Amino acid sequence: MSRSVILKSSIVKKYWMALTGLFLCLFLVGHLLGNLQLFAASEEGRRAFNEYGYFMGHNIFIKILSYLTYISILFHAIDGILLTVQNKKARPINYVKNNAGANSSLASRSMAILGSIILIFIVTHMANFWWVVKMSSKQMPLHSIVYTDQKSGMSQDLYITHSGNMLPTAYFESSEMAPAQMKIKNGTEFYSAEGDLLIGEGYKDMHSLVYAFFGHDKTKYGFPENKLALWAVIGYVISMLVLAYHLMHGFASAFQSLGLRHPAYTKLIKGLGTGFAIIIPLLFAIIPIYIYLTK
Amino acid sequence: MKLTLKIWRQKGPNDKGQMATYPIDGIDGDMSFLEMLDVLNEQLIHKGEEPVAFDHDCREGICGMCSLFINGEAHGPDRGVTTCQLHMRKFDDGDTIYIEPWRAKAFPVIKDLVVDRTAFDRVMAAGGFVSVNTSGNTQDANAIPIAKADADKAFEAATCIGCGACVATCKNSSAMLFVSAKVSQLALLPQGQVEARDRVLNMVKKMDEEGFGNCTNTGACEVECPKEISLDNIARMNREFMKAALCHED
Amino acid sequence: MSVLDSKVPGGPIEKKWSAHKNNIRLVNPANKRNIDVIVVGTGLAGGSAAASMAELGYNVKAFCFQDSPRRAHSIAAQGGINAAKNYQGDGDSIYRLFYDTVKGGDYRAREANVYRLAEVSVNIIDQCVAQGVPFARDYGGLLDNRSFGGAQVSRTFYAKGQTGQQLLLGAYSAMSRQIGKGKIKMYNRHEMLELVLVDGKARGIIARNLVSGKLERFSGHAVVIASGGYGNVFFLSTNAMGSNATAAWRIHKKGAYFANPCFTQIHPTCIPVSGDHQSKLTLMSESLRNDGRIWVPKNMEDVEAIRKGTKKPVDIPAEDRDYYLERRYPAFGNLVPRDVASRAAKERCDAGYGVNATGEAVFLDFASAIERYGNEQATMAGMANASREKILEMGREVVKAKYGNLFQMYYKITDDDPYFTPMKIYPAVHYTMGGIWVDYNLMTTVPGCYAIGEANFSDHGANRLGASALMQGLADGYFVLPYTIADYLADDIRTGAISTETAEFDEAEKAVKDRITSLMSIGGSKSVDHFHKRLGKVMWDKVGMARNEQGLKEAITEIKAIREEFYKDLRIPGAMEEFNPELDKANRVADFLELGELMAMDALTRSESCGGHFREESQTEEGEAKRNDKEFTYVSAWEYTGNVSEPKLHKESLEFENIKLVERNYK
Repeated sequence: MSRSVILKSSIVKKYWMALTGLFLCLFLVGHLLGNLQLFAASEEGRRAFNEYGYFMGHNIFIKILSYLTYISILFHAIDGILLTVQNKKARPINYVKNNAGANSSLASRSMAILGSIILIFIVTHMANFWWVVKMSSKQMPLHSIVYTDQKSGMSQDLYITHSGNMLPTAYFESSEMAPAQMKIKNGTEFYSAEGDLLIGEGYKDMHSLVYAFFGHDKTKYGFPENKLALWAVIGYVISMLVLAYHLMHGFASAFQSLGLRHPAYTKLIKGLGTGFAIIIPLLFAIIPIYIYLTK
Repeated sequence: MKLTLKIWRQKGPNDKGQMATYPIDGIDGDMSFLEMLDVLNEQLIHKGEEPVAFDHDCREGICGMCSLFINGEAHGPDRGVTTCQLHMRKFDDGDTIYIEPWRAKAFPVIKDLVVDRTAFDRVMAAGGFVSVNTSGNTQDANAIPIAKADADKAFEAATCIGCGACVATCKNSSAMLFVSAKVSQLALLPQGQVEARDRVLNMVKKMDEEGFGNCTNTGACEVECPKEISLDNIARMNREFMKAALCHED
Repeated sequence: MSVLDSKVPGGPIEKKWSAHKNNIRLVNPANKRNIDVIVVGTGLAGGSAAASMAELGYNVKAFCFQDSPRRAHSIAAQGGINAAKNYQGDGDSIYRLFYDTVKGGDYRAREANVYRLAEVSVNIIDQCVAQGVPFARDYGGLLDNRSFGGAQVSRTFYAKGQTGQQLLLGAYSAMSRQIGKGKIKMYNRHEMLELVLVDGKARGIIARNLVSGKLERFSGHAVVIASGGYGNVFFLSTNAMGSNATAAWRIHKKGAYFANPCFTQIHPTCIPVSGDHQSKLTLMSESLRNDGRIWVPKNMEDVEAIRKGTKKPVDIPAEDRDYYLERRYPAFGNLVPRDVASRAAKERCDAGYGVNATGEAVFLDFASAIERYGNEQATMAGMANASREKILEMGREVVKAKYGNLFQMYYKITDDDPYFTPMKIYPAVHYTMGGIWVDYNLMTTVPGCYAIGEANFSDHGANRLGASALMQGLADGYFVLPYTIADYLADDIRTGAISTETAEFDEAEKAVKDRITSLMSIGGSKSVDHFHKRLGKVMWDKVGMARNEQGLKEAITEIKAIREEFYKDLRIPGAMEEFNPELDKANRVADFLELGELMAMDALTRSESCGGHFREESQTEEGEAKRNDKEFTYVSAWEYTGNVSEPKLHKESLEFENIKLVERNYK
């Protein structure tokens, strides 16, 4: 393919929109499968989720996929903006009266605005989670459990390591009496204060992060109470609604752009698209509502 | 029938236009929309005013010359018809009707409701043909059988009248339906397949150069097309283009 | 009276064209590059001629008044195109097509031209298929055919009800290819208003740019007029609103003879006039007569009840219906030629049996076809006990597949659904067989000026058969003119480019400017359409389907009067040098007002009935057209003498060496 065609042709721009869009649809499925584990509020569920989180953060294939996702989002957004600007230029004077509702769906006509809202959502979403987990200079709380001795009734907090060992969180606290016996380095690694020996590695407590973000209860495990949890839930649900509209047109549209249309399958693709557009954002949206209502 | 017409008036290509209001009376349901405008113009001439300029010719829905954006829709509210075949019985007594020219950068206004659609001709000249000479020394017409289904599909694409309703309707002023109809027609026939790759690349390139917008698959063009040209053609062109672009050697 | 030289080559008829092609001169490719040809009109004839000549190497300048060459009115032809391919193996041949066309034209066409037309007809189909024209095909993938009036074989190739469109788009694509190469320079929205003669030869035109309103000069070594027919003289016709005779009339006034102007074709199946506001009439294809039966009620009470709306056509029992074509012409029935069918409809309506409010409509009924097809389908599907409703439903589906687009068009226009109630139809002006006189090479009496397609008179005699107009347009443009024009241009290889800065161009431009200025400055009170409608009414009433001496004489007087009033009381708003559709119309109507008179004069001179020209004085006892071969076996060619009302008649006598003249009989 010649370079000028890749860069300039209106149809190629559409291919890119379609390919990145469909890839992002796949990403949504993967992301949702992970998120669905959040329904498990139990300790086991929490543990499983955090282990899953660790896996996602440390697998090379997942890493490649995540970079592809970032690129896709960027490309999808930039290409979308370029197309929108060109499209606006193609009609310098608007109609005084335009009855567009008679010939096309609102979603199909609003892809740019819907996409922009989704982009804003992605930015806030990443600030709330991805940044906290990956980038923030603040120590992200690690997975700990409360152990209650049945005989004495005494309870203590314990970090869990990958090898299944437990380390009392108290070891990491210094008091006036004595300095801390252990410390956390590189976000998740437990070191002995003395001799700087790596004892084990903990899990970032993403499960609690999410529960703290959408739950309105006072939380434990080191996360502060989110006083704006209700707004977070509302914002999230609205964003999913927007996503649903975007997908409602986008899914089938991607197939059309790639030329994947055939009288026998067009209905199927449309149906799939509608189903996808309803089910995926709905499941996404139920999770924070569930968390908010149960916690 | 008594109506209020709101019509775009624009003296020339470089003048600023605006909507003007004209009340009109005595309109009969059996009149075509253009005959209703004839009545208006007759009255304007009688009053010594300039009649409204609009394109029209065959008045039987096939030449593709008439081109009005009526009440927010290309060729008005009826389906599968051009403006000249739209009849006043589709409107009610007392209605206000907005009449505007096609709006697109590639279709500049010449006067009032008349626009310049020669961009379509230039796209056609870029490749909308089979490069066979006109000598008549071709092989016999029945030498290559063509499956009826393909011939029928090619025919359906070929019924495009080049009116520009697709561009006018599309929120992006995209010409994809028009261009894809020709690309499809010729790609479906063995006679056209020989140069199918060059054709689609050249026609799309020209289409982009002419300043038409991009297709965002809203499907509005298919709904408003007076000849009901299918979106299948756009998908086919997308396929054809991909094949051509991936295999092109420069 | 001078004798016109038709330049028909000698020899047996089937050898004439090939011998002629071998004998005429050629222009070599290098020299063609130095020769400019002007083509006015981009329909089937003009478009195909422009494309072919550009392909050969000439520099073509093509003109059309529409915004694109693709809009020429050839696009509206519905039914099909004839060709003597004999793919059906039903006994067709070049000779039969030739014979049917001459007979259909009531023996008033030039034999040699018609034979050549039939000969090249087969190439047209090959050519169009090669261009990607999607003709209808059968399930084996081969081309399908259907039958048309006046023929006993199936030789009509078609693309649903849009054959003209598909053929024109084929020619347009061939043109587009040459436009892309720069071999055709296309001038859209330009109207030719004058022919420029230099030393008696056609060397250029003056055209008005319809966007800027300015007059522009164009030169060429030859000028080809392909501007179509003049049916719009009648105001209401199946022609496009812009179809006009101006280019033809302008060359006529510069010396080209106008032949058989009274030969106009009234098409029997058009949607009737619905009111005074009507701007044009819409054709319902002749192919509908394959399955539709034409009738009016037998009893006057039923006619009145239908008009009042108290009775529906479906309520009238078969025995009270008069299927008058089947009654009068049992052999051909509903498929008699157009002129015969039209006159029969007029006869019934004149007798008071017209079925709409104006009394000018007859029924075209598909009920029996729907039932017949439905039964066929039921039998094929093995549904022995299908309900009547089910049978009719299946029948409607078959009819829809055949004529869907026509039925939809009828429904949109009239708001009546022809699947359930018969169509109402009435004859309307459709085509003009007459036109500029041309010789065998298609050259007019002005050297270097050619006329092709409907604009010339040559091939259809006094009546054109269905599906033959497309054939003639493409034959002239693709396969005849590109050869014959070389014979003339061979003298021009040393001429070089022709300047437009000469006294001849100055003079021609001034003439146009003066004409327009005088029109613009009348400052009267009535619009162009007002005069056009009045002219049309006179033409329809007195120079229409049936003509008589008294009426024609009255028509001549009345047309003159309208013309005088036109020049006194016309109002054209706006200015000359701007986009001004009213001025465009005025230029055209001014010419119609002159041509109308010539048509009446020609009809008056030809006191026989033939084809579409029916003189009431010349009919058989049964009311059929009666030819007078002894006196009128000639082409009347009118020369402009400087006074529109005093043209000079020349006669080209027609020799029939291959076909015996007999009375046309479709009974």
